[in-house]
This record gives sequence, C-alpha cells and structure tokens, in this order.
Amino acid sequence: MKKLLVYLKEYRLECILAPAFKMLEACFELIVPLVIAGLIDNGIAKGDKSLIYLSVVALGVLAVVGLTVSITAQFFAAKAAIGFATKLRSELFRHLLGLSFTEVDTIGTSTMITRMTSDVNQAQNGVNMFLRLFLRSPFVVFGAMIMAFTIDAHIALIFVVTIAILFAVVGLIMSENIPALKRAQSSLDEVTASTRESLNGVRVLRAFRLEADSVKSFNDKVGQLTGRLKSAGHISSLMNPLTYILINLGIVTVIYAGGLRVTAGILTTGQVVALYNYMSQILVELVKLANLVVTLNRALASGNRISEVFDISSSMREGQGVDTDVDPDDDELENESDTGREAVSFRDVSFAYAGASEESIKDLSFTAYKGQTIGIIGGTGSGKSTVASLIARFYDTTGGDVYLFGHDIKDYTYDQIHSMVGTVMQKSVLFAGSIEDNLRMAAEDATEADLTDAVKKAQATEIVSGKGGLSARVEQGGRNFSGGQRQRLSIARTLAMHTPIVILDDSSSALDYATDLALRRALKELPSDTTVFIISQRTSSIQHADMILVLDDGQLIGKGTHESLLGSCELYREIHDSQLHK
Amino acid sequence: MRSETTKRKVNSDNTAKMLLHYLKKRSVLVALSIILALASSLTALFVPVLFGEAIDAIAGDMSDVVKCLVRVGIVVAVTAFMQWIMALVNNKITYEVTADIRKDAFEKIQKLPLSYLDSHPTGEIVSRMVADVDTLADGLLMGFTQAFTGIVTIIGTIYYMWTLSRMTTIVVVCVTPLSLFVANFIARHTHDMFVTQSVTRGEQTALIDEMIGNAKVVRSFGYEDEALERFNEINDRLAVCSLKALFYSSTVNPSTRFVNSTVYALVALVGAFRVLGGHISVGSLSALLAYATQYTKPFNEISGVVTELQNAFACASRVFAMLQEDEESGSDIYMTGSDVKEAGADRDLMEVSKDDCSADIGDTVRGDTEIEAVDFAYIKDKPLIENFNLSVRQGQTVAIVGPTGCGKTTLINLLMRFYDTDAGRIMIDGKDITSCTRQEHRKRFGMVLQDTWIKNGTVLENIRIGRPDATYEECIEAAKAAHAHSFIRRLPEGYDTMLSEDGGDLSVGQKQLLCITRVMLALPPILILDEATSSIDTRTEIRIQKAFHKMMEGRTSFIVAHRLSTIMDADMIVVMRDGHILEQGDHESLLKKGGFYKELFEAQFAR
Repeated sequence: MKKLLVYLKEYRLECILAPAFKMLEACFELIVPLVIAGLIDNGIAKGDKSLIYLSVVALGVLAVVGLTVSITAQFFAAKAAIGFATKLRSELFRHLLGLSFTEVDTIGTSTMITRMTSDVNQAQNGVNMFLRLFLRSPFVVFGAMIMAFTIDAHIALIFVVTIAILFAVVGLIMSENIPALKRAQSSLDEVTASTRESLNGVRVLRAFRLEADSVKSFNDKVGQLTGRLKSAGHISSLMNPLTYILINLGIVTVIYAGGLRVTAGILTTGQVVALYNYMSQILVELVKLANLVVTLNRALASGNRISEVFDISSSMREGQGVDTDVDPDDDELENESDTGREAVSFRDVSFAYAGASEESIKDLSFTAYKGQTIGIIGGTGSGKSTVASLIARFYDTTGGDVYLFGHDIKDYTYDQIHSMVGTVMQKSVLFAGSIEDNLRMAAEDATEADLTDAVKKAQATEIVSGKGGLSARVEQGGRNFSGGQRQRLSIARTLAMHTPIVILDDSSSALDYATDLALRRALKELPSDTTVFIISQRTSSIQHADMILVLDDGQLIGKGTHESLLGSCELYREIHDSQLHK
Repeated sequence: MRSETTKRKVNSDNTAKMLLHYLKKRSVLVALSIILALASSLTALFVPVLFGEAIDAIAGDMSDVVKCLVRVGIVVAVTAFMQWIMALVNNKITYEVTADIRKDAFEKIQKLPLSYLDSHPTGEIVSRMVADVDTLADGLLMGFTQAFTGIVTIIGTIYYMWTLSRMTTIVVVCVTPLSLFVANFIARHTHDMFVTQSVTRGEQTALIDEMIGNAKVVRSFGYEDEALERFNEINDRLAVCSLKALFYSSTVNPSTRFVNSTVYALVALVGAFRVLGGHISVGSLSALLAYATQYTKPFNEISGVVTELQNAFACASRVFAMLQEDEESGSDIYMTGSDVKEAGADRDLMEVSKDDCSADIGDTVRGDTEIEAVDFAYIKDKPLIENFNLSVRQGQTVAIVGPTGCGKTTLINLLMRFYDTDAGRIMIDGKDITSCTRQEHRKRFGMVLQDTWIKNGTVLENIRIGRPDATYEECIEAAKAAHAHSFIRRLPEGYDTMLSEDGGDLSVGQKQLLCITRVMLALPPILILDEATSSIDTRTEIRIQKAFHKMMEGRTSFIVAHRLSTIMDADMIVVMRDGHILEQGDHESLLKKGGFYKELFEAQFAR
C-alpha cells in the first residue's frame, strides 16, 4: 500500500487541507462541552439568563463554522481520493500493458481485471475515508482527553487508561481482520475467473450441456467466498460491542470518581457533565473509527494486492536502442558482407515457457536474409509459433541469441522492434471501434491509400466494402466478423505497418485456398527487401519459400527449399503427401 | 427523455422488489435482526437516563450513585451482547443474499440466449457479477446495521425525551424534518451522478477487458500508448463524474450535522430555561443533551446510508436487469445435470413436451436432418441466410465450404440451436428441433469449434467435459484416438496437469486436440466440426480423421473446413456463398461441374 501513496503526490495539498479542515471542525466540536459546562455552572446555577443566551449563540456560531469547514474538507478529500484512483488506474493499466508475455501468462487475465476494477475502487474509498476520518477521529479522542486534563488531571487519567485499552482492542481486531479479508478477496478472484470462463466458453458449455455442472462449481466457489466473508465478519463484528462496553465502563468510573470529587468540593456538577460529554464524544468517534477500520482494512488489502501486481516487473529489459541511421558508406560496405544482408538470425536458440518442464525450442540456428520468404512447418506443438514469438521478442530466449539486422534483439528498444517486426498472430483479435481504428493500431500515420492497399493485399477488400467501408463498426472481440474475416483484417492490420519483417503465424488457417493463394501472390508485391515468415501447416502455403524450416518437437530437422526437402527430409515429405490428393 | 425517466422509476421500484424477494427467504433472520435492533437501541437509550440520575445523585448520597452505576453496567452489557448477535445476523443476511444473487446471475448466464451474450462484452457482465454485487453488499450491510438501529434510536429518543421534558421534545421534533429534507434533497440530486458513474465504470471495465484480455496482441502492435490514451480518456471522464458523485453525496453528512448542531443548541436553550423554571434537574438536562447527540447521530448515519444505498441500488439495478432478461426458450439446464432432484422443487421447470425426445437419445437417434426453407438474420434488416434447404440422411458426412462470411458458422449456430431460425424449420429424424428442450436437442450433437475453449482445471477434467462419468481408461482411449495422448504424457504432470485460463502454454493445435478428445469421449450421434483441425498439422489431421471415420460410422456429421483435403471424401459437399447454396454434390461431380468448387480446389495447387 505504501508504494501506492506516490500517486497521491499530486494531491499533497488536498491531502493536507482535507484533514486540516477536519481537525478544525473537531476543534469546534471539542469546545461544545465547555460551553455547556459554563451554561450549567454559571448560567443555570447563577440564574444568569444573558449568559444562557450567549452560550446558545456561541453554539450556533460553532455549528455554522463547522458546516463550512467540513464541506471544504469533504471537497478536498473527494478530490484527492478520485485523483488518486484515476492516476492509480492509469498507471496500473500502463504497468499491465508493459508486462512481458511471460508475466501475462502467470498473472492471468481475470486477476488483472479485478485489480484494475474493484481493488482500485476499494483503494479510492479507503483514501477518501482516511482523509476524512482517520485523523479527525484520533484527534477528537486525544483532544477530548486533553480537555479532560484541563478540567481535572486525576479524572483525566481514567481517559488515558480507557483510550489505551480501546486502541489495543481496535488494533487486535484489525490485525486479525486483514488476513481474513485477504482470503475473502482471493475467493472473489476465483468467482470472477469462473464467470469469465463460462462466458468465454458458452458455446462449448452448452454443446456439452454442462450448464448445470458449471453452475454447481460456481456455487461452490461462491459458497467458499461467503464462508470467508462471514468469518471475516465474525471478527469485525466484535468491534462495536467491545468499544461500547469499554467506553461506558469509562463513563461509569468518571461519574463515580467525579461524584467523590464534587462531594469533596473539587469539581462542579457542570464539569462532571462536561467530562461525561467528552467521554461520549470519544465513543461516537470510536464507532466511526471502528467502521472506518473495516473500510480501511479492505482498502489496505486491495492496496496490497495492487502493489503485488506493481511489484511484478517485466522479466524482459528494454534495450538502449540501436542507431539505425547507419552511415551510407558503411551501409554499402556491409551490403557486400553476409551480415549486411542478414534480417533475422537465430544462434543456438533454446526456449522454455515459464513453468514448463520441457523446452519448446532446442538449439535452433538459422539465418534469414533480406527479401527472403521463409516457411516454417511442423507438427502441432513443434515450436513454430514460439519461433515467431522470439523474432518479435515477445519472450526472451532461455539460451542462445536472436539477431535482427545484425544486432542482438535485446539491444533494440521495443519501439524499434515494433517498427521492424509485424506479426499476424495465430488467434486473430479485432478490437471494438471501426475497421480503420483497427488498421491504424500500429500505423497511426498511414494514409487512406496505405490502408486500402493493405486491405487489398490481405484480400479483405470485399469484407471492408461489404461492411460499409473503413468506418464500419467492429464490436468487441470483432464478433460481428467471422473467423476468416477477422484473420484477413488482422493481416491487413499488420501489412499496414510496412515493417521490413512480416510474420504470418498460421494466419491463413481460416482462409480458403483461393484466398490463400491470392494472399501469397500479394505478399510478393511487398517491397523487395521485406523478409516474410510464413508459418503454416500446409506445404502448399510455403512450398515456394526461399527456405523452409521443418520443426519437430522443438528441433530443426530440415532446412532448405521445397524440392530439396522433399528429397532429404522424411517428415516434410510425409506432411506433403498427406495433403496431396491421391 | 421523459420515457427514460419513467423507465428509471420503474427500474428502481423493480430493484426494491427484487431485493425484497431475496430477503424474504431469510425472513426469520431479518425479523431477528429487526428485533435485536429494536431491543438493543432501546436499552442503549436507557443509559443516558441512568447516567442523568447518577449525576443528580452526586449532590446527595454516594451509595445512590453507585446503585445507578451498577444498573448502567448491566444495561450496557446486555446492549453490547445484542449488538454483537445483531452484527453476526446482519453479516449472515448480507453475504448470503449476495451469494444468492451471484448464483442466480450465473445460472441466468447459462440460460440467456447467445444473442444477448454475443452482444454484451464479457467485461461488462463480469463487472455486474463482481463489482456491482460487491457494492450492493456494502450497501445492504450498512442498511441493516445502521438504518434499522437508526430509526429505532430516533423513535426511542423521542420517547425518552418526552418523559424528561415535553417542551424540549416538541422543539426537537419540529426541527427534525429539516434534516430529512436536506438529506433527501441531496440524495435526489446525486442519483443521476451515481448512474453516470456506474455507466462510465462499465464502459471502462469493457475496455480493460478488451485490452488486458488481449494484452499479447496489444503488445505485438506496440499499441500500448494508444490503449493507454483511450483508457485515460474514459478514466478522466470517470474522474469527473466520480468526483461529482462523491463530493455532492458527501455534503449530506456535514449538512445534517449542521441541522443536528442547531437542534443541540435549541435543546440547550429550552432545557436551560426549564431547569431555571424548576421543571427538570441538571441531570435531566445532561440526559437531554446526550439524547440530542444520540438522536442526531442516526440522522447522520441514515443519510450516509442513503448515499450508500443509492449507489448500491444503481449497481443492483444493473444486476437485476440482467436477471430479468428473457431466457432462451426451451432451456432448462437442470434437465440434464446430475442434480435434478436437488434443484427441483422451487424452480419453475420449463416443461417443453419432453415426450418427443426420448431419454436414451444416444441409441435411438438416427441423424436424418432436414433443413427446410430456413431464413435467418443476426440483425433484422440484414438477412444472412435465406430460403436454405438441405436434406441429410443418417450416416452421411456433409462438408460445408465457401468463402468466409458465407454463413457456415451461422448454419452451425442454427443446428445447435444457439440461435433460432427466423423462418422455416430444422427437423431431425422427422421431428422439429424446437419440439424438445435445447439440452435434449444438443445431447444429440458433438461439436468442436475453431475457437478452442479450455476450462480452468486439469487435463483430465477438460477431457471429461465430453462425458463426466467416463473412467480414466476411457479418457486415455479417447486421447489416443484424438492423438492427444503423446503430448499430454509429456506435460509436467501428464493428465493431472492443471491448465490455466485459456489453456496457458498449450499451443492452439494442442488445444484443438484436447477439444477433439472430448468429442471422441462423448461419441455423439451427430458430429459438427467447425474448422476443428485448422491448427493441427496435416499428418496428425489425417490420423484423427481416420479415427473420426471409424467413430462416425453410421453417424451423421457436418464438417466445415478450408483444407479441401479434409473434406474430399465427404458424401456431400455443400458450397455456400452469401447465405445460399451455390453447388452441392460429391467431390468428383463438383469437379466435373467446373464451378466455384473447382476454382477453390485448384487454387491450392496454383503457384
């Protein structure tokens, strides 16, 4: 939670003003019992009517000033709390998007979403209440104690003891309650995950008629959540009764001791009433404080959970950037050498996903030159997509190095990599907005002609015109488009980036052969030094590639052209035969 | 504009009604809570009187003081005990009610038509189920713990004050409405702000769901900055409307407290003159003043509760709106679940002439499928499928091919009854598919979709989705048939490996193999494969196909595929375009015909 407080920095002034005004309000409240004591001891006892009027007017003035001061405080508190939450949400969002794929895999989507939504809301509530009450309440409590000292030091000692015990009790309950709330929150995470799962898998669930089962397992999770909320509630429900008993025992003692001292002539009745009032004020504030503690507990728990997410830093480190404006002379020189023509080079690359027991890629080495088309083929789970992920540095290798245009990929900034590598992912995702918004995701400055061209190359012209042009609406997840339509638009989106390296990760799987062919022909029209990676299951998609990599179980078992592989690589031949019409 | 206002009014009445419905089930607890609130507030109110007596007794014998104080101790102990029990009861009510709402909402999701789910962002529904219900819980808890005791305290205080000094009481009662008026005024003006806040929050959650849910795609395009920009735009709007809602609602407290201070001053004034006039004692005055504070406290609290409740109501109405959506017709999820009896009694079972569908459907389904003059459109004005006719006999394999967007997937939506036809009908074994429940209907189908779905659980649990009562051996058999066994074996814990949301590190192809395993296990009479093997390498695909062939002997199957090699052996190939059938026949005859199919087929060999 502490780390999150930096987001309050901008609102430092509000954070000081809100409690300050609250304290001011509290000061005015603390004067009230004294006014009453004066009214009883001097006004009533001496029958001084003008003093009574004066006292009442004083009470009225205190009320008006209190109102003004308190509304001001509420405003500052609200402003700081909202500002804090807004900033926090924004930073958290930025942080989450900045995580590498490894962390995204480990944290899980639903956890990230809960952190962004309900946890931030709880934290906001916490800050608001904290600014409003957390200083005010102790101030009233200690203020009342100090006022008690001004009246009678002996009796004030009763205040000291009572307050000490009260704080101990509140502290104890709080320390028990926080872990309990934390457990409840993790149950809530599961409930969220369950909901998302059932929404995402609704077709499968219904096809297999699993509705009843998923309801049952959801109910179990809700049951667990309810149980945990209740046990957290058991602890916090002791708060009010215990503070109530303690404070009233305090009053009992004060009146008894006060009574003895009135008899002894040390105190007046009015002063005893004032002491009684102070003790009552402590109770009122403590009830508020107790409720606040519950709110703060939840806020703290939420805050800690958000902090945990902030603590997860990307396991990848961004490079310093490579100076790409190479001296023209230099360039020419290098053009002659092999490294000058190198686009992508894998050097003994191995990779294992976090938590996986086996490597997905083992000792892979190959070099792709500028302008080449590289085909990658292999069975399911052979590591094809992993190769694509590594070229785009979605993950860092666990062994060996990846070079882009002669430089270690780790030396580039992320922006540089984005401007060099365009990937069409296996799972095509469109975002809510217009088609144009989607196409411009990574190509903000593209002209309309650029976009139309990309759409044309991706064989998506019909789709765009069928939906009513580039401004046509895309619903969330692109669900108003079919799988093949989404795929072609994702291809267009990547082509619009004009990157020197284009990776198509099995992105024609949902395309029919005619479209696939037209697409491949269009890809040939890309600028001549564009390096294209085509990852596919079909030999027909890659047979014209300059180099084909055949992967099996993460190992490179064949490298060459279609013809040479047909002769040298048994697996490749097998794949090829399996797709031929016999 | 006006209709919106009336609608909202109806909504908020409705929300209250729905809430009452949930509370009704716990009427005993609610009654207990009310009784305890009543009792504990009354005993708590007795305390100032006793303290007042003690203060008056100070002037006389100390033993009287002690007597009074002992009584205070007893009353306080009893009060505290009741408060404690009440807190426990209130917790129980609140958490159980919210659990009920969540359960009902989840069950509702299972019954909502896909048209609803397809048109509502996942994030928005999740936000209703999680954040909104949470806010409702907070509101309810506050409502229970403070609203009841508040009201009782107010009434009790008036009573005790009345016994002490009628004059003072009359003054207090006259000023009171002011406090209510202020609270009410502010509440009315903040309601809209809370609604705006809730709506904006929903919008934000949807964006979060989209961007964070697809974090990988966002990263791959370097779209983070733009995403953040879009997020911040909504975030800033949320900040503005939240600040308004929060600030204006938080003026309630100071305002009512101001009214209370006024009441306090008036009590002091009137009380002091009553003491002067010899009508009441100083102790009574102190009790009156104590009451004035106690009396005003619930007003503060109630007004606080009002804002909280308002927020809760705004959120609840969103949850309840979902709960009141029309359900899919002929949907009764308890017809097939293992816990029919458990769920039975208090639910309105949808009785759709079940006789038409025999219980042991697996043995009796032949799989003759007739699609007759079917029309369908997702959006009313944009017909997608028009006058579609197709006749399939038992045991036939039907392949559906065509360019993307031609309606293949829609056809499957209709066959599975994820959507219902607008016109025409679909018959299976001579019976209209709408004549039995959707669950009974779907029982006849096995389906593998292109978009794989893996549930959070072990590999084995994921396979058992196909047939929950399958033995371990049967699951392994199915996995072997689907050629998933070898990769599963290599997972860290084999069949017991936990798969996270969306399948974690499994490749798309591996996920497809898992989904196929499910169907292999289920052995459905009719099979639907929608691009089920698109991400599986062709060698494996051919082997899987052989397994399918064997399995589907005598069973009807529908296959959507782009790889024509996958479907060449089909008994019937249906070539679709723009929602119509363009050509129909087997591979050889279609090639001979030299139409669109031939074009498609030749494209795969073209350079």
